[in-house]
Amino acid sequence: MDTKVQHDSAAPMIELRGISKSFGPVQANKNINLKVSKGSIHGIVGENGAGKSTLMSILYGFYKSDSGEIYINGKQINITDSHVAIEAGIGMVHQHFKLVENFTVLENVILGMENSFLINTALNNARVLLSELASTYSLEVDPDALIEDLSVGHQQRVEILKALYRQADILILDEPTGVLTPAEADHLFNILRNLSKEGKTIILITHKLKEIMSVTDTVSVMRRGEMTATLETSKTTPQELAELMVGRSVLLRIEKDATEVGGKSLEVHNLSVMDKRGVTALKNVSFHVRKGEILGIAGVAGNGQTELLEALGGISPATGTMKIDGEEIPLHDKGSDARSRREYGVSHVPEDRQKLGLILDFFAWENIAFGYHHNDEFNKNWLLMDNRKTREIARQEMAKFDIRPPTPNNLVKNFSGGNQQKIVLARELEQNPKVLIVGQPTRGVDIGAIEFIHQKIIELRNKGVAILLVSVELDEIFSLSDRVAVLFDGKIIGERITEETNESELGLLMAGIEDGPEEQPAMESVA
Amino acid sequence: MDYLTIIQILDSMLRLSAPLIFACLAGLFSERSGIFDIGLEGKMLASAFFSAAVAAATGSVWLGLMAGLTASMILAAIHGFASITFQGNQLISGVAINFLASGMTALIGQNWFRLGGRTPSLSGDGRFLPIEFPFAESIGKIPFLGPIYSELLSGHTILVYVALLTVPLTWWLLFKTRFGLRLRAVGENPEAVDTGGVSVSFLRYRAVLICGLLCGLGGAYLATGMAAGFIRDMTAGKGFIALAALIFAKWRPAYALYACLLFGFLEAIAIRYQNITIEGVGTIPVQFMQALPYILTIVILAGLVGKAIPPKAGGEPYVKER
Repeated sequence: MDTKVQHDSAAPMIELRGISKSFGPVQANKNINLKVSKGSIHGIVGENGAGKSTLMSILYGFYKSDSGEIYINGKQINITDSHVAIEAGIGMVHQHFKLVENFTVLENVILGMENSFLINTALNNARVLLSELASTYSLEVDPDALIEDLSVGHQQRVEILKALYRQADILILDEPTGVLTPAEADHLFNILRNLSKEGKTIILITHKLKEIMSVTDTVSVMRRGEMTATLETSKTTPQELAELMVGRSVLLRIEKDATEVGGKSLEVHNLSVMDKRGVTALKNVSFHVRKGEILGIAGVAGNGQTELLEALGGISPATGTMKIDGEEIPLHDKGSDARSRREYGVSHVPEDRQKLGLILDFFAWENIAFGYHHNDEFNKNWLLMDNRKTREIARQEMAKFDIRPPTPNNLVKNFSGGNQQKIVLARELEQNPKVLIVGQPTRGVDIGAIEFIHQKIIELRNKGVAILLVSVELDEIFSLSDRVAVLFDGKIIGERITEETNESELGLLMAGIEDGPEEQPAMESVA
Repeated sequence: MDYLTIIQILDSMLRLSAPLIFACLAGLFSERSGIFDIGLEGKMLASAFFSAAVAAATGSVWLGLMAGLTASMILAAIHGFASITFQGNQLISGVAINFLASGMTALIGQNWFRLGGRTPSLSGDGRFLPIEFPFAESIGKIPFLGPIYSELLSGHTILVYVALLTVPLTWWLLFKTRFGLRLRAVGENPEAVDTGGVSVSFLRYRAVLICGLLCGLGGAYLATGMAAGFIRDMTAGKGFIALAALIFAKWRPAYALYACLLFGFLEAIAIRYQNITIEGVGTIPVQFMQALPYILTIVILAGLVGKAIPPKAGGEPYVKER
């Protein structure tokens, strides 16, 4: 960090003055001021909807700010579109990659920067540059590979290479590690450190405080469209950052007592699923969950998690056996659907709440009854539903789950992500299930709500419910589960007791390396 | 079936394929850029009418061609407005253009010429005449290879040769130039183009206008090259057959040529052999032969030729996400 002091006297590489931006009545950015010095790695943290992405989109020319000024290297620039931003040396690696999947790496790199009518020269230039960059920054990638054949980590490298090919001095990364294994993420951070050593300025947007702590020099916190603080990373703590983000103190890690585990409540044996393209997405998966136990399923997204959840939830057919309290229940054809699963006492919180968990254009009280709407409690008689009573039930559950606003007559699409998730949880948990299957319970949910959702899941476990937790967030797996199984390429590649394992061991398993180093000293995993 | 007959069938195959090649490549440019276009038929029809009408009025086929191209490109621009600027439904816009062209040509044709929707017959400079290659007659006397030159290659109108040349030109444009790279990219992932600092709309407009230009050439050829005047609804589904050929060709220029030649070949057979008698089976009626290209179209569109993956962003208007 010492080497960076010399830059402080010069003009900052990026300076934002009084940036404001509204989308209709919503003010996404309020009078934002920010200075980032050359060659530093600057983190921006904040909850969903805090305005991080909007701010960066303004800097990259995707949106135009309502007011405020942008200075790059001391010079005021009016960034009207992405082209101007690129000219000014700003490169952005988006959360969802902007790559053409059936193009080669080279074609993607030169797209928009071909320099002449014929693309041959540009392709050759890019090939030379790519091999130089590969050796300087350990950004190796096969220039002639098609994007669709590359791993997500390599695709991300292509995005970085694209920016460097455009001679970017400033690199903005939006939630870059969401799709990476821990090892890939570490590699990315090494690349970022190399880049900053070479004088590139990096802005890292993330909600993972651990990443901020490990890689950034300075960090800014955003809350409700405002920049609440800018700190030196070495002089702050995750706890302080979390409080600044939420505006109150939060528990980063849920206290969890040991409980009495009972008999096997959910047993799955040789479960296999073919996906729509006829590819076997899940291969002979076997596991069990005991009463009062949380089994975490870890793994990088796309390794069979979706198929597992849908098979157990009765949404798609599968082969193998599934038992609830010793009773075998059908996995395909007759009797295998979401409604029968619920009748067996299996509640399912789907990973994609907006597609499978809720009907966004319906009221909250209607959504509270969905899936259970045929139960007596929601009906007057064989023909008519009891809407008044359903609304009353919804009101009670919304209060109990601290859903804001607590009005049942509100369309679900008007709730925030965290509150939408709480609606799904309220519905499923209040049915007193024997088994709870829950997928990505806190994806896109802000820190305050994460804490609440985690507490509810733990409460249910303490009541003796068997819980299967599928999550791509290792932190979540560590803070909730008693045992953890790792899903890789449709198979369970390893199983560990949470207390006896650590992130690096699980990380290796997530990357498909079965014989990870045994028995390392347990690393404390803080969010 | 003797050698000369085969050459003659292949000769009419070339003649009949040309409008399909134009329309198919037109569709290729549009769909590669992400704009689905079922209005190829309508654009060809409009061009066929206006080229024949202007050629009949002025006696110049070149002025006719200009008029045809203009008409087709105006319709293409309308499709562009609807699907790019106003982000409307591309299928509906295409259907509208087909109806518009069909109704408009018949109505204006009747109003102008009072021939029941036809234009007067074209002759002399009013239509494209066959181009005889040099020394065709003497080279034609060489056994075997001679007729290929004199009968098959020589003796077509200029637009047939233009059609054949458009195929390698399209390939070159698509795979060797900056425009082609961006065009292919914008049909797959417009966001990649947008974040690369390139205008999605401008790119798509250019693709749509090229589509209009090529449809215009195809339509003008129908009325002033292949036939001698415009007849009501003379495109007879060629725009849709071209779409089927495009899917068959999996959106690649060389395959598009082969697919169009196949359709042209079937048509040539149907014209040449009105009734085919097969031993033990009987006579195949002419109606069946004439229906063959359309049957093949249905087979292709039903996906029986294997998996054809269209450009990923096809049919979706590009809206910048919030």
